[in-house]
Parts: sequence; C-alpha cells; structure tokens
Amino acid sequence: MTFDYTFFTIALGTSILGLVCGVLGCIAVLRRQSLVGDAMAHSCLPGLAIAFLITNTKEPLPLMLGAAISAAISMLVVAICRKFSRTAESSALATVLTTFFGFGVVMLSIVQQSPSANQAGLDKFLFGQAAGLIHQHIVVISLTGIIAITIFLLILKEFKLFAFDPVFARASNLQTERLDLILTGLIILAVVVGLNTVGVVLLSTMIIAPGVGARQWTHNLNKMLVIAGIAGFFSGLVGATISMVGELPTGPVVVIVSALWVGTSVLANSILRSRRKSKLELIR
Amino acid sequence: MTPVFWLFAIMILTAATCALSGVFLVLRKRAMMADAISHSVLPGLVAGFAFSQGPNLVTGFIGAVLAGLVTVFLVERITSKTQIKEDSAIGLVFPSMFAIGVIWISAQYQNVHLDTDAVLFGEITLAPFSTVSIAGQNLPQALILILIALALNFVFLFLFVKELKLSTFDPILSRIQGYSPDSINYGLMAIVAITTVAAFTAVGAILAVALIVAPTVTALLFTRRFGWLVFATAGIAIFSGFTGTILATLTDLSVSGMSATFLGLTFIAGILFAPNRGAISRSLALKQQKLKFATTALLIHLDSHQNTSESETESHINHLKKELGWTESWIETVLRHAKRGDYIKVANNQLFLTEKGQVHARNVHSHI
Repeated sequence: MTFDYTFFTIALGTSILGLVCGVLGCIAVLRRQSLVGDAMAHSCLPGLAIAFLITNTKEPLPLMLGAAISAAISMLVVAICRKFSRTAESSALATVLTTFFGFGVVMLSIVQQSPSANQAGLDKFLFGQAAGLIHQHIVVISLTGIIAITIFLLILKEFKLFAFDPVFARASNLQTERLDLILTGLIILAVVVGLNTVGVVLLSTMIIAPGVGARQWTHNLNKMLVIAGIAGFFSGLVGATISMVGELPTGPVVVIVSALWVGTSVLANSILRSRRKSKLELIR
Repeated sequence: MTPVFWLFAIMILTAATCALSGVFLVLRKRAMMADAISHSVLPGLVAGFAFSQGPNLVTGFIGAVLAGLVTVFLVERITSKTQIKEDSAIGLVFPSMFAIGVIWISAQYQNVHLDTDAVLFGEITLAPFSTVSIAGQNLPQALILILIALALNFVFLFLFVKELKLSTFDPILSRIQGYSPDSINYGLMAIVAITTVAAFTAVGAILAVALIVAPTVTALLFTRRFGWLVFATAGIAIFSGFTGTILATLTDLSVSGMSATFLGLTFIAGILFAPNRGAISRSLALKQQKLKFATTALLIHLDSHQNTSESETESHINHLKKELGWTESWIETVLRHAKRGDYIKVANNQLFLTEKGQVHARNVHSHI
C-alpha cells in the first residue's frame, strides 16, 4: 500500500476521466438519454476489435477511434429507426446494443484466431483498465477531454435552449440537426474515454451519476456542470484511493462512490426540502 | 440423441422462450430492463455461490432471479420517490449491482472458478455435455432449465394475456377494472428474470438479451396485430438462432455472436425493407405524396385562372416557374404525372384542364 508513482498515475487518470464523463454526461442526463451511453458503450466493441485487427497494436488512439466510429454507426441506425418507423427509442437502443455487441464478439473470435491475439483485451473492455492506466493513456484522455469540453462550452448557450425547449429552438432558426449531431458526438467521446476506467457495463453510471447528483443541488445549468465535474473528479480520486487501500478493482469502486454521491445528494435534497417546508409552515 | 441434436434443440427452445418473454417487455417499452437485469444478476449468482459454499445451480438460479427482482424494485422505488427519471434510475441501479458483484468476487473468491467470461458469452457448444440424470436419461441441464422457463412463460402468458394486454395499453383502465398493473409488472419482470438466467446457462448473456429484445422489435416493423406479432417474433428468433448456429459452425466463430449478429441483420433489413413501415417504402410514399400534392396545386391554379383574361399567360408552362416557384425538373415531373392521370392536356406550351382535372381540382378546393 504505497502512494507511489503508479498510484498517482491511476488516481490522476480516473479523476480526469471522472471529470470529463461527469461534465459531458450532463448532456445525456438533461436530454433524458441516460441509457444512450450504455448502448453506445456496447456498440463500441466491433470497432475496437476491427481497429485491433487492422492496426495490430494496443495504442489507445486507433482503438478509441475504432470504438467511436462503431458507436457513431450504431447511433445512425437508431436515428434511421426513429425517423422511418414507430419504433420506441428504448427498443431501438436495446436492439442495437445487443446486436452490435454480438457482432463485436464475432470480430473478437476472429482476433483470437490471429497469432498476436490477446484475450486480456476483452477483459479490459468489459471491466475497464483503470489499474493499467499509463502515462500515454492519460495524455490521450486529457487531450480528448479538453477538446470535448471546449467544444461543449462553445455551444453551451445553444445547448441550453435546445435541451429545455427544442421546439422553440427550432423555431428560433437554431440548427438543431447539426447541434444534435455535435451533442451525440460529445457523448461518444465521453463513452470512449470512460470505457478506459470502468468498462462497458459500469459506464452508464460513470456518465450520468455526477450529473444526476448535481441536479439535486441546483437548477442553474452552469452550476450543475461545475458540480458534476467536481463530483466526477472526486469520485475518481476517492474511488482510486479506496481501491488501492482495500486492494479492490478500481472501476467498480469508482462506480459505487458515484452511486453514493447520487444517494447522498438525493437525501440531502429531500432533507433540505422538508426543512424548508416546515420552516414555511412555522412562518404561517 | 447426438450432441449436435441437443445443440439445435437447446438453441431453438431458448430462442422461442426468450422471444415469448420479450413480446410484452418490448410492448411496454422496457426493452432496456432486459439488458439491465442481465448484468445485475451477478451479485445474485455470487450470493447463491456463497450460500451453498460452492457452485450450485439451484441457489445460483434463485439468487439471480432475486437479484433481478431487486433491480426492478429499486428502479421503481427511485422513479417514484425521487425526481430521477426511469432511464437514469436504470442506468444507476444495474451498474451499481454489477459493481457490488465484481467487488464481492474479487474480495472473497479470487481463486475460485466464477468465470465471468463464461457467464457473459456462454458456450452453447458445450451445453449438451453438462448433463443431469433425470428418469434414467442423461439430459443436458441447460435443456431442463430452458424447458422450465418455457413452461413458465407459457403458463404466465396463457393465464394473464388479457391483463397483460390491458395494463400495457391502458394502465388506468386496468386499475379501474380492479387489478393492479404493478403486480402484473412484477410478475412479468420475474418471468423475464427467470428466462434471462435460464437462457444464460445455454447461450450466454449477450445472445439471451438479444433474443429477448430484437425479434419483437423487428417483428413490430412488419405487423401490429398481436397474434401475428407473437408468431413473427418466435419465427425470427428461431430462424436467427438456427442460422446463426450454422454460420458459426461454417466459419468456426462464436455461436452466440453469430446469432446476435444475424438478429441485427434481420433488424436492419426490417428497418429498410419492411412493407409500409420500412425506410424505403416510407420514403417512396413520401415522394408520392409530394407529387400528388404538387399536381393538385397545379390543377387548382389552372382552374382558378380559367375563363379569365389572364388565362393564357397563367396557364403557360413557363409561367409556372414564376408563379409556383418550381424548378424546371420538378415542373417536368409534375406535368408528366398530371398528363398520365389524364388531368391536363398540353398544346403549344399551354396547359389545359381536362374535365377530369377540373372535377378533381374543384373537389379538393371545396374541402380546403
């Protein structure tokens, strides 16, 4: 149990990941698209496997690119489905999620047949590789995160309008389709980045928990984003610390910490609310 | 009974069972619950393992089903007691439960054989070989589980199809009629949890969820009538499972993955090619609508200027571009359509309404 360089790297990595996912995840939370992250995460698998087949390397960048592309394709399928049929969004998401993942498994079994195959790659995808984060990963993650958050801040005003009143936004001649595309792209970036810490199954909490918790503390969008970012950052930090101390897998611990953040926020909110209510009654 | 026979038997039965479970789940727009349950059963499996201090099918099964029910319960509680929306609740509950399961395993059972890969992917090719002795016969245990699940599905659906239908499409009316849609919901979720876990043991988590969700979603693209829906769903599921197994055998790749991929392909084929609801027929229908509308607009335009002093200029082809703002090619298309329908006659670049055209124009105009 040493607070050494490895721990520092891992803790930094998970904290930055938590921050990025937390801020960008607010998009999903506010647009009621909480499960889109889960669907995207599952849909990353084919792209990941194909990228590995083509480049034959464990470098993060081409793998993340492959993952992002296949997630984007899956969202395209969902969009076509929504536009041309009466399929419910959750049904389309669930179908795309499972079938893309299944296709990814097929691609993986092709990878396994190749001489340089490595089954551990799949484990990392499923469970994250927080404990395996190295300097290189953190650089890529941080750069991606900075770019994504910058783009998000640039379109923040438009997003505010679009998320809360999409009809008025369209009527105000806002380029809603383009905006929708950019926002979906930002969530894809958050997903691809978050896969590194927690893996496929746990990803949706990584993305939505900071925002859901933050929502309990404020109605103001700017404040919510800041709180979510901080919550995500500390979930990563605290999670990494606890997992090192307790010798537990990092990803799941970070998720539990995030869930506790949500639970605490909800509890605090309801206590404060009932206090406010009873104060009002006293005044009356 | 060769292993190959059992393999196909298990696949087909699993497909049918999952498809049946999935129908109402998808109709109630709760497809994501299937995915959530498939992950959140992990702590239940571990609990069963802990309870019987070793691998035990019965306790594992019970634990998994209980975990599934806990998931549904938590989601429902969170949705009703806080401002958190249902999809956010789902996205928080199942990863947390899965995380608890993983932490539990790593804390207590590091050296024990709880192969998460196996739970996730399953390996149906091995299913025929873990057998149980029943009535003197050696039967694959996956088969027994699936048969139980299939029987439960049949019984549940048979007994409650009316209640299920009503609570799906009109929950308020069902409450008025005196039975609680919540209990129906829990019942359905329990059946889904049982089916999911039973299907895991045979085909793995991925294909289990795919079989529950995808066939119904695809079938809905082809029909909205309940009886046909159930048939189509079962058909798609069985066909995909069958074809997937064959393809996987031919290419020496994962059976679960192939079948799930094939389900995806049928889904995409449905989105594009389904009659009436597919993308292709919808966009063709849209084009037809556009053409009809434009033709009618033209006819009304001609009719309104008939027998007036400007009729010659107004009914000139070149005038259409100015008056209606149409492009040259669109004018051509509309005129062709109108001529074919015998609504207009063209002479010297002038357009003349036929009697049929005039009747049609007046008809539509009177309804505006």
